Amino acid sequence: MLAYALKRSFSAFLILIVVSALTFSLSHLSADPALTIGGEQASDEDIQAIRDLYGFDRPIYIQYIDWAARAMSGDFGESYHYGERVSTMIAGRIGTTMTLGVLAILFALAVSIPLGVVAAMRPNSLLDRFALLIAVLGQALPTFWFALMMIIVFGVWWRWLPISGNDTWAHFVMPTIALGYYATPALMRLTRAGMIEVLGSDYVRTARAKGLSPTVVLFKHALRNAIIPVVALAAVWFGFMLGGSIVIETIFNLKGLGWLSYDALLRSDLPVVQAIVLIFASFYVVLTLAADLLNAWLDPRISVR
Amino acid sequence: MKLIRLAVVAGFAASLTAAPALAGPDDDSLTVAWGSTGPIENVDNYFNTNRTGIWFSRMVWDQLIYREPKTFEYKPLLAESWEALSDTTWQFKLRQGVKFHNGEPFDADDVVFTLNWVSNPENGVKVQRNVDWIESAEKVDQYTVNIHMKKPFPQAFEFLSGPLTIYPNEYYAEVGPDGMHKAPVGTGPMKVVSVKTAEEYVFEKNTDYTWGSPKGEAQVSKLTVREIADVQTQIAELLAGGIDITADISADHVDQIGGVPGFTAMQAGTMRTGYIGFDAAGRGNFEPTTKLEVRKAMAMAINRQSLVENLIRGDAGVIHTPCFPTQFGCDEGAAVKWDYNPEKAKELLASAGYPDGFEIDFYTFRPADWAEAIMADLAKVGIKASLTKMPYFALRDKQRNEGTTPMFLMDWGSYSMNDMSAITSHFFKKGADDFALDDEVAAWLEEGDTSSDPEVRKAAYAKAIGKITGEVYWLPMFNHVRNYGFNERLAFIPYQDEIPRFWQYGWGGS
Repeated sequence: MLAYALKRSFSAFLILIVVSALTFSLSHLSADPALTIGGEQASDEDIQAIRDLYGFDRPIYIQYIDWAARAMSGDFGESYHYGERVSTMIAGRIGTTMTLGVLAILFALAVSIPLGVVAAMRPNSLLDRFALLIAVLGQALPTFWFALMMIIVFGVWWRWLPISGNDTWAHFVMPTIALGYYATPALMRLTRAGMIEVLGSDYVRTARAKGLSPTVVLFKHALRNAIIPVVALAAVWFGFMLGGSIVIETIFNLKGLGWLSYDALLRSDLPVVQAIVLIFASFYVVLTLAADLLNAWLDPRISVR
Repeated sequence: MKLIRLAVVAGFAASLTAAPALAGPDDDSLTVAWGSTGPIENVDNYFNTNRTGIWFSRMVWDQLIYREPKTFEYKPLLAESWEALSDTTWQFKLRQGVKFHNGEPFDADDVVFTLNWVSNPENGVKVQRNVDWIESAEKVDQYTVNIHMKKPFPQAFEFLSGPLTIYPNEYYAEVGPDGMHKAPVGTGPMKVVSVKTAEEYVFEKNTDYTWGSPKGEAQVSKLTVREIADVQTQIAELLAGGIDITADISADHVDQIGGVPGFTAMQAGTMRTGYIGFDAAGRGNFEPTTKLEVRKAMAMAINRQSLVENLIRGDAGVIHTPCFPTQFGCDEGAAVKWDYNPEKAKELLASAGYPDGFEIDFYTFRPADWAEAIMADLAKVGIKASLTKMPYFALRDKQRNEGTTPMFLMDWGSYSMNDMSAITSHFFKKGADDFALDDEVAAWLEEGDTSSDPEVRKAAYAKAIGKITGEVYWLPMFNHVRNYGFNERLAFIPYQDEIPRFWQYGWGGS
C-alpha cells in the first residue's frame, strides 16, 4: 500500500512538471508577451524596453527554469499586467472559486444521489426513465448554453436572481446550478448502478429476511456501501468543478480564479496563467490521487494490480 | 455562438413585455457595463496602456487644453490662454479658482510638477511617446507656466489635450502611482468614490466643477462602471435593468436591442480606420504583392462600398486615405482613389503575369464575414485567398517578428489623436509594422512629424498620402462603427474618438 502511494505521488509530481512546462512554452509561442504588455500604442522602443525588463529575449527553457525555481519556493512573481504579487491576486480570488466549486459539487450530490437511489429502486420504471432524461440532458447541454438559458429565464424574464457579480449568496445560485448540473449525470448513474448491485446482494436479502424495514435496509445497509465509489468520483469531479469554472465565472461575471485565468490568457499575463494552471492541475492531481488511494484502501486488489 | 445568438434572440422576444427597470432615472444614477478592453491595471493615467484608462482619465482629471470632441477644435481648459515663445517653448496662462477633489488649489506648481515628473524617464511612465518630447516645465508665476520641448513638436497640443492630465503636486508627491491608483484625485467632473480593480469603479458628481469648464458638469450624481467581460451577460443585464448602457455589442445585436421596447441601439462612426495592408516590400518573400500592378488589381477588385453598406453599416463610410480625414494633414485630395472595377483588375493581373490569378494567405483578427466578403470579391478576378483569423496580439506578433503576412485586414484607432502622425507615421517610417519600407515616404512623414510650420507639415504629409495610395501599400477600407445599446431615456452622445464621456449622459430622454 505504501509503495503504491509513493508510486502514485511520484507520477502526480511528474504530471505537474509536464503541465507547467507545456503551459509555459505554449503561452510563449502564442504571442510576444512584450507586445501584449505594451498595448496597441507601444512604440518599437517601448516593446524592446519591456523585453529587456522581463528578460523575454532569453531562451524559453532558461525562462522556465528561472520561473520553476522560484515557484518551488512559493514565489510566483508579479503580474505583468497589474504589477501585483501573483500570490496576492490568487489569494483574493480563490475564495469565490472554492465557494462556487463546493456549492456546485454539493448541488450535484444533492440531486444525483436521491435520483440514483429512486431510479435503482424501480429499474426501468417511469421514474428511472425520468432520472435518465435528467442525466442525458446534463451531459448533452453545453454548460454555457444552459447558463445563458437560466440567465434569460430567471434573470431577464422573471428577474428573480441577479445575473452577474458575486456580492450576495443569490449571485451564486445560477452559477452553482449551471456548474453542478454538469456533474450530475455521472454521479447519478454511478449511484444507480451501485444501488442496483447492492440491492441484489446476499446481505441485503438477509437484512430484508430478518424483517428490517425497507427504509433501514435502503439507507443503513444498501446506500452506505453503494455511496463509497460515488464519493470518490465526487472528489474527482470537484477538481473538474474548479477547472471548469472558467466558463461559468466569465458568463456570470464572478471574479474568481477562472475569470482571472481567462483575463490573464487574453493579455498574455504569463506569471498569472502559470500559477493558476499549476493550482488547478494540483487540485486535480491531488483529488485524483486521494480518490485512487481511497479506492486502493477499500479494495486492496487495486494496489496489487 | 449560434446557440448563444438564438438564445439571446429568444430572450429579447420574451422580454418584450418587461419594461426596463428605472433605478437609474429614479435615483439620478447611471450604471455602465464595460468589458471589451478589459480591466485597467492601474487607474493612474500614466501607468496604464488600456483604452479603459482613456475614458477614466477624462472623468477624473483635466488637461491644460480641451479638444472639442465634435469639431476637434482646441479650447481653454486648465489653461486660459497660450502663446508660442519660440519653436520649442509654449507659455500657458492658467485658470484661477480651480480645486482638486481633495481641496488642494490648482496652480502652476501642479503643472510644473506633473510634467517634469512624467517626462523623467526614471519614473517609468508606461507610454513614453506621450511624454518624451517634453524637455521641462518651468514656473513663471503662480498662474503662468512655460513648457520647453526637446525639438519642435507640432503634435504637442494633441498630447496636452489628451493623455497629459494634470495631477495635484502635493498629493502625488506623497502617494505616487500606487496611491493614485487606490484613491485617484483630479480636478475633473467626477470624483472617485471607490476603485475595485477589474470589478467596479464608482464615481460621484464633483459639485465644485462650476468654473465654466467646456467639458460641462456631470449630469448624474452617481456613476458606477462595472467590468463585465461577456457581451451576452452585458445584454442580459441591460434588458434586466442591471445596467443602463453597453458599448460592446456587435452589429447584429443593434437590430435586436433596438427592437425591444424601452431600449435604443445605435451604430456611431469612429475614427478607427480599417485597411488592407500588402507586403509590398517582400518581407515574407511572397512575390505577387511586391508587384504594383497586382496591388492595383486587388484594390480594384474589392467592392468597399458594398462591404460598408451590407456588413459594417451605421455611420461607416469608405475611406481613401491612410489616415482618418479629420486628422491633421490627412488630405483626401492627395489620395489616389481606387474605384471598384473587376474587369480592369483582371487586365492588370494578366499584364502582371497572373492571368489565372494566384493563391494568397489573408490574415485578420476581425469578424470572418468581413474577410469572406473581401475573399469573394478577389475570387471573381481569380485570386484565391485563404483566411487565417488570429487573436490581435498574436497577429501583430506574426507581422512584426516574422513578416509572413502577404495581405492583412487590420485597423488603427490612432489612440484618439486627431493628427495623422498617430497612424501613418506609425506604419510607414520603417518600423516593425512597416510593409512598404519606402525611404521617400518615411522621409516625408519625418518632415511632417517634426516641422513646426503647419503648411510645411501638410505639404509633406500630402506627398506621403499620394505615394502610399498610388503604390497601394495600403488599401484604406472604411471607418469602423461602435455599437451602443442603452435605456431609451438616457441622453447618450457618441463621439468619433471612441471616448465615452459618461459624465455627460443624463436622464433627459423620453
